[in-house]
Order: sequence, then C-alpha cells, then structure tokens
Amino acid sequence: MAVFVNGVIFDGIDTSAQDCWKLEAYVARGGYQALRRIIESKMAQEDVIAEVKNSGLRGRGGAGFPTGLKWSFMPRSFPGDKYVVCNTDEGEPGTFKDRDILRFNPHALIEGMIIAGYAMGTKAGYNYIHGEIFEEYELFEAALDEARQAGFLGNNILGSDFSFDLFAHHGYGAYICGEETALLESLEGKKGQPRFKPPFPASFGLYGKPTTINNTESFASVPFIIRDGAAKFLEAGKPNNGGTKLFSVSGHVNRPGNYEIPLGTPFSVLLEMAGGMRDGKKLKAVIPGGSSAPILPGDVMMQCTMDYDSIAKAGSMLGSGAVIVMNEDVCMVKALERLAYFYHEESCGQCTPCREGTGWLYKVIHRIAQGEGRPGDLELLDSVGNNMAGRTICALADAAVFPVRSFTKHFRNEFEYLIEHKKPLVDHKWC
Amino acid sequence: MLEIEIDGKKLTVPQGSTVMDAAHSVGTYIPHFCYHKKLSIAANCRMCLVEVEKAPKPLPACATPVTDGMKVHTHSDMAKKAQAGVMEFLLINHPLDCPICDQGGECQLQDLAVGYGNSSSRYQEEKRSVVGKDMGPLVSAEEMSRCIHCTRCVRFTEEIGGFQEIGMANRSEFSEIMPYLGKTVNSEISGNVIDLCPVGALTSKPFRYSTRAWELSRRKSVSPHDGLGSNLVVQVKSNEVMRVLPLENEAINECWIADRDRFSYEGLNSAERLQKPMIKFDGKWHETDWETALAYVVKGLNGVSADHGKDAIGFLTSPHSTTEELYLAQKLARAFGVNNIDYRLRRSDFSADAAQQGAQWLGSSIAELTAAKSILVVGSTQRKEQPLLASHLRQAVKKGSALNVIHVAGDTLLTAVNAKLIVSPLALVNALAQVLKAVVEIKSAQTAVDLAAVVVGAEAQAIAASLTGAESAAIVLGNVAQHHPAFAQLLKLAQEISALTGARFGLLAEAANSTGAELVGALPHRAAFGAAATAGLNAAAMIAAPRKAYFLLNTEVEFDSYNPQAAVAAMKQAATVIALTAYKGAGLLDYADVLLPIAPFSETAGSFVNMEGKLQSFNGVVRPLGETRPAWKVLRVLGNMLGLTGFEQNSAEEVRAELLAKGSIESAFNNALGDVAINAAVTTGLVRIGEVPLYQADAICRRAQSLQQTADATAPVARAHSSLLARLNVAAGKEGLLRQGSGELKVLVEADDSLPADTVRLATAHPLTVGLGGMFDSIELTQG
Ligand SMILES: Cc1cc2nc3c(=O)[nH]c(=O)nc-3n(C[C@H](O)[C@H](O)[C@H](O)COP(=O)(O)O)c2cc1C
Ligand code: SF4
Ligand code: SF4
Ligand code: FES
Repeated sequence: MAVFVNGVIFDGIDTSAQDCWKLEAYVARGGYQALRRIIESKMAQEDVIAEVKNSGLRGRGGAGFPTGLKWSFMPRSFPGDKYVVCNTDEGEPGTFKDRDILRFNPHALIEGMIIAGYAMGTKAGYNYIHGEIFEEYELFEAALDEARQAGFLGNNILGSDFSFDLFAHHGYGAYICGEETALLESLEGKKGQPRFKPPFPASFGLYGKPTTINNTESFASVPFIIRDGAAKFLEAGKPNNGGTKLFSVSGHVNRPGNYEIPLGTPFSVLLEMAGGMRDGKKLKAVIPGGSSAPILPGDVMMQCTMDYDSIAKAGSMLGSGAVIVMNEDVCMVKALERLAYFYHEESCGQCTPCREGTGWLYKVIHRIAQGEGRPGDLELLDSVGNNMAGRTICALADAAVFPVRSFTKHFRNEFEYLIEHKKPLVDHKWC
Repeated sequence: MLEIEIDGKKLTVPQGSTVMDAAHSVGTYIPHFCYHKKLSIAANCRMCLVEVEKAPKPLPACATPVTDGMKVHTHSDMAKKAQAGVMEFLLINHPLDCPICDQGGECQLQDLAVGYGNSSSRYQEEKRSVVGKDMGPLVSAEEMSRCIHCTRCVRFTEEIGGFQEIGMANRSEFSEIMPYLGKTVNSEISGNVIDLCPVGALTSKPFRYSTRAWELSRRKSVSPHDGLGSNLVVQVKSNEVMRVLPLENEAINECWIADRDRFSYEGLNSAERLQKPMIKFDGKWHETDWETALAYVVKGLNGVSADHGKDAIGFLTSPHSTTEELYLAQKLARAFGVNNIDYRLRRSDFSADAAQQGAQWLGSSIAELTAAKSILVVGSTQRKEQPLLASHLRQAVKKGSALNVIHVAGDTLLTAVNAKLIVSPLALVNALAQVLKAVVEIKSAQTAVDLAAVVVGAEAQAIAASLTGAESAAIVLGNVAQHHPAFAQLLKLAQEISALTGARFGLLAEAANSTGAELVGALPHRAAFGAAATAGLNAAAMIAAPRKAYFLLNTEVEFDSYNPQAAVAAMKQAATVIALTAYKGAGLLDYADVLLPIAPFSETAGSFVNMEGKLQSFNGVVRPLGETRPAWKVLRVLGNMLGLTGFEQNSAEEVRAELLAKGSIESAFNNALGDVAINAAVTTGLVRIGEVPLYQADAICRRAQSLQQTADATAPVARAHSSLLARLNVAAGKEGLLRQGSGELKVLVEADDSLPADTVRLATAHPLTVGLGGMFDSIELTQG
C-alpha cells in the first residue's frame, strides 16, 4: 500500500480509486494543462528548458544530475532523428517508486515526456519498462492509447505543428539495463551491455542519434514544474535540492511504502511517517539511496535530512531514494553477503575488474559468513574493491564496491568477530 | 593537430587519435588485450589503463581521445598498480595450465603476466570452469576456461566477417563465448579469430597439439589460391608445413587471410602426394626414376609429333602454377613447335582473343577498387570466389562505397547492396547492356553498341545512376562472368560503360597466377608480354578437337575444365597424356600415362602476379617431398632433352629475370578489346549455374581434410526455383535426375526461390558432378 504526502507527482491522487490512473482523472487533477499552455503559447524551447533548470530538479535515477542542464546538452537543431528515452528499468534493490508512478499516474510521465520531446525537438520517445513488472507495463500501454486518442500524442498535437509519439518497451529484467547506455543497446535489440563513454548519449545515443535519457520520476515531475512554475517546485525542497522526492521505504518499519516528501525533510520524520520501527526494535542502520549507496549507522541517519547534500555529507548518497531500514537483529555480514551476491549476478561481464571482482568479493564474503573467514580477508576485500572501483565502463563495479567498503567500515567488528570466532556476533533473525 | 606528452615524450597527433594511437606512433608499448587496430573499440579488458594528468582515475588508453596538452604516464605508480590489478583479475579464473596449452609460447596473457603480474595469487577460491564449444572443423573452442572475454572474436565475425557468428552469452563471470546454439562457425574467413584470440581459448583444430610454437620456423610465402595474393607466414618443422598464418600486407590482405589460405596446407602433406615419377604400362602404374620417366615423355612427344605433327599436341596449364613455370611451359611448347597452349581451362568464350590488346587484370590496384565510391561486380559468387576480397568490399561499403551487383544468384553478401540485378546466365549480357543503355541515357551520350531492343529495368537504372553519380567507380567481372559463354561481350560492355563513366574495369583474377599467366603468354594467341605468336588452339578447342598428346601442367582436367565430360573424353582418346603434378589424383591415374612429381608452391621458388598486377616472389619453405622436383627444373630439363635452345637457367630467379627482361609489367596490362559484336537478346531455356565450390578450386585445397569437413564442402545439391520444380514436376527434397550431354547424375534437389527462373544451380569441379557437361550450358532436370 502506497502512501503519499504532499507530493507533486501524487498530488491529489486517491490511490485506492480504481481509475485514478486514467486520463480523465489526470485531467481532472490538472493534468495536460502544462502541455496545453506550452503549445498554445508557442513557448520557446529554451524557455521550457530554462524553467526546468530553474526548478533545481535533479535526476531521480540515482546520479542526481541536474535535469535542465542535461536537456540543454541536446543538439536541438540537429536535423536528423533525435530521441527522448525514459528509464523505468527500476531494478536497484530497495527501489519501487517508478512502478507506482506507472500504476497510479502514468499520464504525468507521458505529459512530462511530451514536454521533453517539445523542448528538445524530438519526434519520438521510448519508455523502457523493467521486465519483471507486467501489469504496470500493460497499464502504461493503455494510458498511451488514451493519450493518442485524445490527441496528446501523434501528429499535430493539439492542432499545432508539433508531432511526437511515444512507445513502451518491455525489458527482460536485467539490472544492468537500467544503466542508460545498456538500456539503449537493449532497446536496439542487442545484448544489454553498457557502452564506453564518450561519446555520450546526447551525441551518440539510440541508433547512434542524439538522445536524452531520464528517470521516470524526473520526467513525471516536469508537468508540475511547467504548470505551477519552477519557483514553486524549488520552494518545496531546499536550495540545490529542488522539489519533492519519492522515497521507497522498506525494511523493519511498520508501514513500508512510497513517500513523496519535500527534499530536506529530516529522516526521523520520514521514519515516523513510515510508522516507526517495527516491534519497537532499535534502529541499527540505513541504506539511504538504494543498494548501491553506502550504508550509514542508525544514529548518523537520525541526524540527516533527506536530500542530496545532507546524505552526501554523511558519506552516502541519496541515489534512487530507496531507504532500507535495518534493526538490531540484522547480521551485517549476512546482509552484505546478499548484496554482494546481487552484484555478482548482475554484472554484465564485459569489464575484467567487474566480471572477476564481483565474483571474488562475493566468494570471500560468503566464506566469511559461512564461518570460513581467514585473517587478512577484510584487507583483501578492501584491496579487490580498490582495483575495481573507477576502472570500469559503467558504475556497476563502483556500486558493488560501495556496500562492501561501508559495511566493513561501519560494522567492522561484526566481520572481525565472525572471522575470529567462526560464528556471528549478531544472531540474524529473518522476518 | 593535438599536442600530447607520453612518459615525457612530446608529440603531435591528428584530431580524433586515442592515447593508444599516440603511444604507438612513438613506439611506446601499452599492454592490451581487447584493443585491435582493425576492430571497433570495446574497452572491456582494462589492461591498457594509464595515468592521465588531471584525471582522478586511470583511463583506458585504447578508448581515451587525446585532448590538447594531455600528459600521459604509462609507467607511473598509478598506471602500474592499475595494470597489475587488471592482470590479477584476468588470472584468478584462468586455468594457468600453460604447459599443456596449445597457445603456450605465443600467448599474450602469458607474456604480459610475466611483465605485469605477481608470482603468487591471492585468489584462494574455486576457479571457474567453462565447457568447450563446437565451432566446426577449423576453430577449436574446447578450452573456453581460458577465455579472457576480450570479445575480439565476437567483433571480428560481426565487423570483418559480416555476420556475428560468435557471441558472448550470459552475464557476469558466467559470460561465455559461443556460436549460435547448435551451429558451427561457417564464415569463409573464420580462422582469423584464432590469430585474434590472445589466449589459448580459440585455437586451430588441425594444428593444435601437433607441435610447440617455438619449434617452428617462420618463412614468408604467397597464397597459391585466389587472385588476391595474400601474403603468408608458413611455419615449418622437420621439413613439413605445420601451419599457415597471415603476413601483414596492408595493400593486399591487411592482417587477415581466408580459411582456404590458412588451412589448405593440410593438402601439402596429403597421402595423395606423388613422390616418385610413375609410368603406366601393361595397364598398370609403375614407379620409376626421373631419367626413365623423362625419356618416356620425350619419346612420347617426339613420337606424336613425328606421326601426327606438332599440332596434335596440346599444352594445358594451370593459373595456380608459378610465373616461372608458366613462362617456361609456353617457351617449351613454342620452341618445340607447339602453338596449342592455354591456361584458361574453365573459360568457354574465346571470341575476343583476337580483339585483346594487353594482358587482362583488375584494371586498378586493390586499394583503388575498394576506394571506389561506386562498385559494380558482375558475375561473381564473391564470398566463395575471393573470400577475403569480399570482406574488403564489405569494409568499402561501411566506408561509404555503393556496392552494385549483377549476378546469376542472389546469395547474401553480408553487406548492404545498393542495387542488385539477378538474372539467368542467358540474360547476363542483356543485364549489363541495360546498364549501358541507362548510362547512355543519363549521359546523353552515344555508343556504337546496338541497344535498340534493350529495355532498361529499375535495378539497371539504379546501377547506372550509382556509377555515373559517383566521383570514382569500378566495374569488375568475377569468375562466373569469366567462365560465361559470352565473356567477351560482358567485358566489352564493361569497357563501353567505363568509357562513358570513367569507371575502371577489369577482372577479379580467378587464381593466384591468372594474371601472371596472361603476362607470360600461356595463351594460344599471345606470347610473353604480348609478343606475337603463331596462333594455336585455345583450351576449349583442344578439347573439342581432341589432340593425340596432352601435356598437363599442374591440372586435373576433370575439376579444372569448363566441360569435364568432354575434357576427360579427350584425355582418354589421346595416345599419351603427360602430367606434371603434385598429386596422383584418381582422374590422372585414369587418363594419364606418365606422372612427373612437381613441387607445390611450398617446395619451390617462384612468383605469383596477383589480380592488381603485383609480382610477388617467394622461396620454397620446405625441401621437395620425396623425389619431387620444382616444375621449372623439369621443364628446363625437358627443353634440354628435346634439344631446344634457351633452357640453361640455373634457378627460378634466372627464369624470372629472363622473363622480366622482355617487357615492363606496368605497361603490359590493357583490358580494352577491339571490336566485339554484342547480342543483347535474351534466349530462353533451362541452363546450369555450375560454379566451382570454395574448397574445390585447386589441387591443394581439394586435399585439405579439415576444409573438406566444412559446410562449404558438403556434397553438391541441385537447386532450382520452386516454380520451375513445379513445372517440371520434380519434388524438392528428393533425388532428381540431371542430364548434360552423355552424362547423368542423380542428386538431391532443393527449392531455392532466390535463383532466377529456368536455372539449375549445381556445382562443378566436384567428384560427384564430373560426369556432367559445361558449367553454364543447358541442362535437363527430371524426377528420374
Ligand atoms: C548499474 C546501474 C543501474 C542503473 N539503474 C537505473 C534504473 O533502474 N533506473 C534509472 O532511472 N536509472 C538507473 N541508473 C542510472 C542511469 O544510468 C541514468 O543515470 C539515469 O537513468 C538518468 O536519469 P536521471 O538523470 O533522470 O536520473 C543506473 C545506473 C547504473 C550504473
Ligand atoms: S562495470 Fe560491470 S556492469 Fe558495468 S559495463 Fe563493466 S562489467 Fe558491465
Ligand atoms: S575466445 Fe579468445 S578472442 Fe574470444 S573473447 Fe575469449 S579470449 Fe577473446
Ligand atoms: S585494450 Fe584498452 S581496455 Fe582493453
């Protein structure tokens, strides 16, 4: 059950209403007004981009890159084909926000992408949807049909000379296809493997044409920004951290779910919204931004506000906004073993350090967790990680190393204990 | 130009260079695996990490573009640590079984591990093992645990081979290099992946485990197969050719060779090699010594000449023989008074002989051909005739050339084709005439050719537009055009189009020394460098009007002739058939009466002139096998024994010098023909498309066992359009009866709707089909 508070994307949605995703309901909530205004006022492309820039919207896919700035990199006057692509490949453990956007408010994404298409002079867009969500994919196709029929998509949108169409692509569930260039390869029908950059997608993207890729939530925030103004969006958050953001809260809380709250909200407030710790257990640790983000001890988290800057200062990242809450019954060795297993499985396998390193990390951590650790294993993990991070084609290798570094830093005693005593310090309780 | 400093050395490099390019240009070695100058950049192995000042992390040299003022350190602490880290990763799952690995001694991983790795491993976990794959009879992929996932093989098949036959399946450390499930790797240039693979994952199936790389000596040579003239490194141990590799020559074969160039050496060591002279008497073959055999030959030639005159003797030679051999053969024939000499056994049209003005050749260099912006290939089953040139043409298309095709079958060329006109052999002249007519119209020009009845179709129009619109163009005639019964008209039409478009025009020389044979005058109407010759009979005439004696140089007429049925019959009726041959093939044993063992290219010095007219000389790489002798020596001795003058040469070099003193190669070529009457009317009827299979082209490759196990060597099948099969009431998928002249054959019939109507495609030059007749003659097909 999803819970939304004060959102821009989920503003006014009653998620329990069957038809809340439909065009009619979206229009009733003020949907497609932004697009209408742009088209009717013949708003200049650079003004649309400026508005997005001014809103302080930062990419919601993980890296937090300013969206307006990214749009401005697009060679708008390039005469050939250009594309906008939405990344709904949401595969990062802990993240489940984009799925809810498709489920409850697909038209916000559609409108956002049309506006992006307008601003960057593209005629076609694609939404790459994670292979393991089926109903949402079908629902999105249905929403596309509605938009087409209403004249928001297709030729001469709302009677103007602007034409744009949008297509959904259902992936196959590989995490790596969330990396934007692997996504493009996959969209082209090839094996999903990241490309070496440069060239960047803005110059060599889908089918080798200029392409802008944004996360679902990034696009879905755009209609609000245009309709209600950049300032209003910016004000909702804090400087350099504009707007509200969706947080997918999971783990040992009473009410796991998605929370759309202003950036800058204290973590303690978010935890409270999520019903606080389950069974009154103590907060041990939090991964604040999806599995790739470094873990932070609970007391450090309690001092943080939920925005890019504060979390970065504490030594982690806001990432995709997946907040994984762990209580005192979690064995950190076991938790890390599970994460290491994920990256070992999901590496695309092309770069030597990642292909070999993710396996090596997992095998060592697994051995430690089995009570077969050896002295020197922690130094080995550190050194292997150092040989991986920053030496590969994409950031998956880094993403695999961050948890290892942070777990063994903040909870070193648990690892040392297990290596020395062949049994865990914390008796892990599954729940 | 950009300035860059590498390890303190300052240099300037062109815009767009990578750090790797820059390093190469000053001879700085940066370790690498995935990088290859002819393949796209994958940047996946990470072995080439270097330190770039102001960059926070090491960067891959192969993929990092040079920026102005960049400072690179390839040996700094940061670089060395990064390289050692990558090497450690590469080795943790590598079997490290170098002592039993076939790549041992020539392994890039082994070499680099010594320089960049540690002596002990920190990896204490279980190593991965990967099951072997079946890539077919040429490339072994048994030891895939050794693969380091550099994807060179994958990129090669896609980018150079034209079709991605090898891929990397699965993810993470479970990634595996494999062919399509249940499929082998069938590219005709597949063996190059063996050279590309930096480790012992992909190895040569015929070669592996036969010897150690360091026991081999390397000798330079030239490929004796197609007309490209690929340069070879032949590797030898104990007087035996063990392996063949490419010798890099950017102007000809780049760093590649075709599988035929690479694996044919197995034929050199074939059990069918003739090792002693043999004479047939009492209906049986007897081994004998050279003296006896040569005396027998001299007696035979003198006898026939005394009884029937010199004209009763015919010399049939092979364009796979060396320039020196062909030169001496025609010299011997002419000195003896025989004018019947030819190398063009697979030709059927000699009507332009009188109109010929020079030696026939490509009409340009290979580089000029592939640089042409518009290329028209007429009558060529490209990938099976000139496999590597076909790949060069694919690269040309990638660089922006338009490839146009006029042919008798619509085989895929694995590349984009601009316009394609696929017609029956009976309409080939008409097809090219259509292009000429369209060119005349586009240019509002005149031509002497009567084109009134020719109707220009859309494809011909597109080809003409391509040729006329391009800033450079070339028209080349392939084997099918050269063997075609209207070859002279095809060449003349190409000449007419060339005259109006400025396109270069010429022949894709069929064999390694077709062009050389033209030069030396192994022809009935021209002697060396076009010197006048008393006219003799051409190859077809020597068969049509059978001779009393045949002198065969390096040819098996049942496989090498336009009409094997007629050729074998002619041999059988002769009083004597003298064969200089490296093999005692079944056909020769049947129709010859004396066999003289001559050296294949690997056992003699000599030279081949490739399609672009480049003379490339080579030395023997091993001693002649058994009592085999180089053919030039045999011919010289025969000259002496026949009492002829001018046969005193002491080496192949002397023979070559004598030839080259007679004229200049550069000015010897001229494809222009005098008057040739063009008849562009299309006749109707059922004709055969009888091409030479890839691995039946010459005596050596016919005996290369591994090549004979490839998909390209499967038994011939008769293919025809399904509408034709329906009309003839012949079932596809069943045996049908093929008949040409007195020969008939039951063979599997298959429907192939990419063929023109009224054609039956059935290979020639194959043991199964030698009983049939002409390659492009009429044929009957019934259910039988
Ligand atoms: C391994 C890996 C997985 C990723 N997965 C996702 C994903 O599932 N969804 C997403 O939006 N971005 C993902 N990203 C980030 C994208 O590459 C890209 O930065 C993002 O889609 C850009 O959109 P934004 O600027 O709107 O955030 C991933 C990156 C990496 C390296
Ligand atoms: S870092 Fe890993 S996931 Fe990313 S491209 Fe390299 S091997 Fe693939
Ligand atoms: S098989 Fe050889 S060439 Fe192919 S990826 Fe593996 S190591 Fe590279
Ligand atoms: S050679 Fe540069 S990454 Fe492989």
